[in-house]
Amino acid sequence: MREMIISELTQALHELARGFAHFLPRLIVLLILAFVGWVIAYLVKVALRSILRLMKFDKLSENAGASQLLNKAAMPSASEVLSRFVFWVAWLGFILLGVSVLGILGLQEQIARFFLFLPRLFVAMFIMFFGLLAASFFSRAALLAAVNGSVPSPRVVSVAVRSIIIVFVLSIVFEELGLAEQTMLVAFGIVFGAAMFGLAIAFGLGGKDLARRFLEKKFVRGKAEENEDELSPL
Amino acid sequence: MNVDMETKSQSAPSRERVAAIHTELKVEDETFLTDNFLRQLINVGEVDILVGLPTYNNAKTIGSVVRAIQSGILRSFPRERAVIVNADGGSRDGTPELVTGISIDDGRPASNLFALRTLHSISTRYAGSPSSGVALRTILAAAELLRAKACVVMSPESTNIETEWLSKLLRPIYRDGFDLVTPTYRRHKFEGLLMTNLLYPMIRALYGVRIHEPYTSEFGFSGRLGSQFLSQNGWNDGQGVELRLTLAAITGGYRISESFLGEKDHVERRASDLVPTLRETVGVLFSALESDFAKWSTVAVAQPEVPTGGGPGALLDPMRVNRKRLREMFSTGIVELESVFRSILSPSTLAELQRIARSGEDEFHYSGELWVKTVYEFAASFQKSVISRDHIIQALAPLFRGRAFTFLTENRNASANDVENNIEGLCLEFERLKPYLLQVWKSGE
Repeated sequence: MREMIISELTQALHELARGFAHFLPRLIVLLILAFVGWVIAYLVKVALRSILRLMKFDKLSENAGASQLLNKAAMPSASEVLSRFVFWVAWLGFILLGVSVLGILGLQEQIARFFLFLPRLFVAMFIMFFGLLAASFFSRAALLAAVNGSVPSPRVVSVAVRSIIIVFVLSIVFEELGLAEQTMLVAFGIVFGAAMFGLAIAFGLGGKDLARRFLEKKFVRGKAEENEDELSPL
Repeated sequence: MNVDMETKSQSAPSRERVAAIHTELKVEDETFLTDNFLRQLINVGEVDILVGLPTYNNAKTIGSVVRAIQSGILRSFPRERAVIVNADGGSRDGTPELVTGISIDDGRPASNLFALRTLHSISTRYAGSPSSGVALRTILAAAELLRAKACVVMSPESTNIETEWLSKLLRPIYRDGFDLVTPTYRRHKFEGLLMTNLLYPMIRALYGVRIHEPYTSEFGFSGRLGSQFLSQNGWNDGQGVELRLTLAAITGGYRISESFLGEKDHVERRASDLVPTLRETVGVLFSALESDFAKWSTVAVAQPEVPTGGGPGALLDPMRVNRKRLREMFSTGIVELESVFRSILSPSTLAELQRIARSGEDEFHYSGELWVKTVYEFAASFQKSVISRDHIIQALAPLFRGRAFTFLTENRNASANDVENNIEGLCLEFERLKPYLLQVWKSGE
């Protein structure tokens, strides 16, 4: 009996030792990958930060309105945030690569999904950034046109243009990420429909005088005089 | 579809001749000069004088303009070979037919004056939408092909054109060897505020050349300047091409002269015309500053004034001007466009503008110094593209209105001399602050 117990224990210890002997190299590989990954991710971060500074990315993000959002959230500059993000994604990628070497069942599938998700994440970020840039450009264009055209409440026009573009961009980003697609679709439909309905009511009821003035100004010659500079700039 | 009209064609040109002219043109030119127009040019042959008429639905005024041109040629250049080239943007009111249909006898000023040469009138409809840039390009290409010695572009809208205008614009080129002749006009003291408050003083301060009307629809130029400009100018964007020609003449070291023509028509403009006008003038000037930096940054002082034979000063008739609206548009612009101005202007300039915007009508004063600083900061921001360049130009519109308000207020009861002195003072301010432009231009490099 005693011998049997000792034998089982010995066997268990042997298996544990064998298992550990199998696991240890993988763990070392994980640690090496994590270390190498950290070095590579750090180098990528430094290189990316320099490239972004050369490209005046902070200026671009300021124009896009992204810098203002970051400032409000007490975060560093856009180029710093992006380079840190790339650092963490790269390092996490190496760590996950190391974890997959461990051969833990179930985890490998999740890691594979993470790697498949990465391109979509970058595309979504790309869309988000250029969407913000477009929103900023078109809202400023609308603001300038409204001010120079003496349209009442120019900022409202500008904010409306920005909001519509951002809502569109967000819906595309969420679709790209595959997050709550149905919810986003329904929410977008509701928000967009409500906004259009609200605008239709507002313009129909509240804006009839404005519309009349606009049409008079446009088509009745005599009424246009008030809005003329009556000076030739050239 | 391009429609070309012909008059006085003499013989059908051979295909070889057309092909030979094609080879003279650059490949890009071939696409915009039609074969039919080239045939007309071949029929005309070489000329001494070319009169360009860019038109688009000008049937109401074109008759008197063509008659004045013909009369001017008969009076001043009866022995020279001359041609009128009409570049039309697709008129639907029969303008090209009027240009080519007017007989030389209609323009004869006196019964004892006769043309010693055939005066040709040819017309072409250029492709695309009406554009002064494409029209001028067509005229320049025609001038080059016909080897014209002196050319003049006349406005088809002039209602008070006189026979002498042609001679005044052409003679300095044809007889005295000048390369560009720009007009000066007698105008109302409140007309042409962009010219008197920005274009003239800024060009004078930066390039050192006094050209009172650097952007004009009537001007004369030599064949060599035309050819040089035709080959140099980037024609993709036809905006403000007349100003580009003036700047090209300045930077190219060509001989420039001014001629006093007389009274300028009053042009009715709406408030909405200001932004396109700023694009065609200030936008072109700011763009040129970038490429001409090496030239204008080294110019120290402006050349002395050359008398143009001008008549009495500005017209002083009472004029109804909506000043209140100018001030309101300035104040609204300052408030609403604050975020835009933060990207363009220095904090001190913006703060000063905000203070002015808050002030009442009596205290409102947009000084010359502040206006010059504003313009220079806009020019530097344009060069650095701090935001979209077109947005920078658009943002200048409300500020120009503020400056216009102050100019109108300051000169409400001013005599012609006082107005001239005030403009001269502004010019000196532009010159004095030129180092400031260089400073903001180089900051952040």
